[in-house]
Amino acid sequence: MVDVIVVENLTKIFNKNIVAVDHVSFTVREGEIFGFLGPNGAGKTTTINMLTTVLKPTSGTAYVMGYDIVKQADMVRRVIGVVPQEYTADEDLTGYENLILCGDLYGLPREISKKRALELLELMELTKFKDKKVETYSGGMRRRLELACGLINRPKILFLDEPTLGLDVQTRMAIWDYIKKLREEYFMTIFMTTHYMEEADNLCDRIAIIDHGKIIVTGTPSELKNSVGSDVIELTLREIEDVSERLLRIEYVKNVVRKENVYVIQVEDGEVAVPVIIEVLKNHGYGVVKLSLRKPSLDEVYLMYTGRSMRDIEESRESAIVQRIMMRRARR
Amino acid sequence: MSMEIYKPSLRTSLQGMWALTRRELKKWMNEPIVLFISVIQPLMWMLLFGKSMNITAVFSPRVLADLTIPDITIPGDYVSPPADGLLTIPGSVIAQYLREVLYELGGRAVESVFGVQDYFSYLAIGMISMITIFTSTFSGLSIVWDRRLGFLYKVLSTPVSRSAIIFSKVLNAALRSMFQSTIILMIAVVIGVKLNPSFNLLNLAGIYLAVFLFSVGLSSLFLAVALRSTRHETQMAVVNLVNMPLMFTSNAFFPVTLMPEWLKPLAQVNPVSYVTDALRQLTIYSTDLQILLIDFTYLTIFAVVLSTIGVLLSWKYLTK
Ligand SMILES: Nc1ncnc2c1ncn2[C@@H]1O[C@H](COP(=O)(O)OP(=O)(O)OP(=O)(O)O)[C@@H](O)[C@H]1O
Ligand SMILES: [Mg+2]
Repeated sequence: MVDVIVVENLTKIFNKNIVAVDHVSFTVREGEIFGFLGPNGAGKTTTINMLTTVLKPTSGTAYVMGYDIVKQADMVRRVIGVVPQEYTADEDLTGYENLILCGDLYGLPREISKKRALELLELMELTKFKDKKVETYSGGMRRRLELACGLINRPKILFLDEPTLGLDVQTRMAIWDYIKKLREEYFMTIFMTTHYMEEADNLCDRIAIIDHGKIIVTGTPSELKNSVGSDVIELTLREIEDVSERLLRIEYVKNVVRKENVYVIQVEDGEVAVPVIIEVLKNHGYGVVKLSLRKPSLDEVYLMYTGRSMRDIEESRESAIVQRIMMRRARR
Repeated sequence: MSMEIYKPSLRTSLQGMWALTRRELKKWMNEPIVLFISVIQPLMWMLLFGKSMNITAVFSPRVLADLTIPDITIPGDYVSPPADGLLTIPGSVIAQYLREVLYELGGRAVESVFGVQDYFSYLAIGMISMITIFTSTFSGLSIVWDRRLGFLYKVLSTPVSRSAIIFSKVLNAALRSMFQSTIILMIAVVIGVKLNPSFNLLNLAGIYLAVFLFSVGLSSLFLAVALRSTRHETQMAVVNLVNMPLMFTSNAFFPVTLMPEWLKPLAQVNPVSYVTDALRQLTIYSTDLQILLIDFTYLTIFAVVLSTIGVLLSWKYLTK
């Protein structure tokens, strides 16, 4: 398979001291959906901004469809579509006008822009609102419009930065169906970030987990899950004291992540390990309030590699972004 | 599954630039109140200041109405042909005569300084420069907003050339200035500016050209300043700081010849002086082609140099 994105030691340092992206290297193959996962401030958006030529890297290189993102930025822009994390449509124009504007920016002949704009509006279920100003759109409608804008030039590679953030489940599904269909029809490659684990799990062919500007691990969802071990135990302890050390000394236990009195434990042979763990804790005078045994999901993968639960992050990030968008509107 | 990529060409660059220009013009036209407010200020200057600063009226006979001159008696042989005895000339006759001469002289003085008999006409044309200054200096602000609202991000990720982004804003400022100039000129004529009798369509074309060149130069300058800026407050402060001095160190309100010596050099390099003079040459003065040529040469150089700088900087600095 052909590598359509090749990233080598890509680095971005803001203001000489904020290292947002730190020597990141990876490749994306033609036709795959590649997912970038990471907590707030991990450097996902900064990476996308460099690959889409909106930001210049401090060092390192990357090639998109074989074009150097710095030296051949102009060619890169021609073959990609971008759906940014934040709303970029012009609120004073209508949805239709925004799409035609996008088409013009890509230099599409007018008839083609018009045809595609109507097609995309239909697909995104925005036809009814096409002549309404974007300022009257809801969050979900705006995001669908952004998607339509990113697709108007029929890109070979589509960059999606948290594309379904803040959308209801139904809309999210509809968008993913559409994206999958597009990918099949045009053999489009998709580079995306998301914080919906199930989404990454179900849709991405490969995932990279990024934290503090560094890629921690890359692989297919199942590879990643296998790397975490065969089983995961989550237990709640009655006491507040930290028993991680003690747990790690048990032979079945491979890794422990603790949050207050909740422990997520990565084990080799779950069914056998559970009674042993309870026994050990009991012997030392600790009580187990709750315990569950399950197969690892991406949530566990995430937790094990970053030491943070995705659920905490989800909430804080969503509220942070919603707040940011509201502040922007208030500033107008 | 053909995947057409449209090759970069002059046509696509122009298409992108025009699309961006149209976007701004559309927003502007959807909001007529903006136009209304921007016309109000020069209009107030014209009406309140221009009409009340009626300098010629200082010399009007009415002002010297209570001038009393005693009767003068002179020997008869002073006059020609000589008369017998003494002659008495009534003071009122002399006063009347002096009033007329003073009015005449005053008018000529005003004309030689301002180029026209009335200050109102002089100022009214200056107001075309003023509204162009406002529109052009504020154009930098729109790029700051585009950055803030995320729109610039989208544009930067498309193949549209970076210079087209700047040029679209320059063009927008210039077209708006030209439209506003038409309005100001029309109002000025309605409320009393006397155009020179030979005014024709060529003069009008000249006015548009002068406004266009001046606006291109000035808006390029302010856009270049705003390229990296994310704070509209800073940009506003710069604009407010610069607008007044820019106007008062030019001939927009007052002729350079009567300015203090230290101010003259400034006024002589200030492009506002050149655009204002060109506009007056084309409207209220009896056109001096040689001076007009100098004005236009200066304005062309101003526009070309600053827009080139703007484009060069946009290549370098629009992408962080
Ligand atoms: N323009 C900038 N100037 C200075 N620092 C920046 C800038 N943009 C981003 N950063 C910093 O770089 C780091 C990475 O930011 P980035 O936006 O790439 O994170 P992210 O992974 O997209 O986060 P999120 O999930 O919140 O979108 C953060 O610490 C952020 O504060
Ligand atoms: Mg982000």
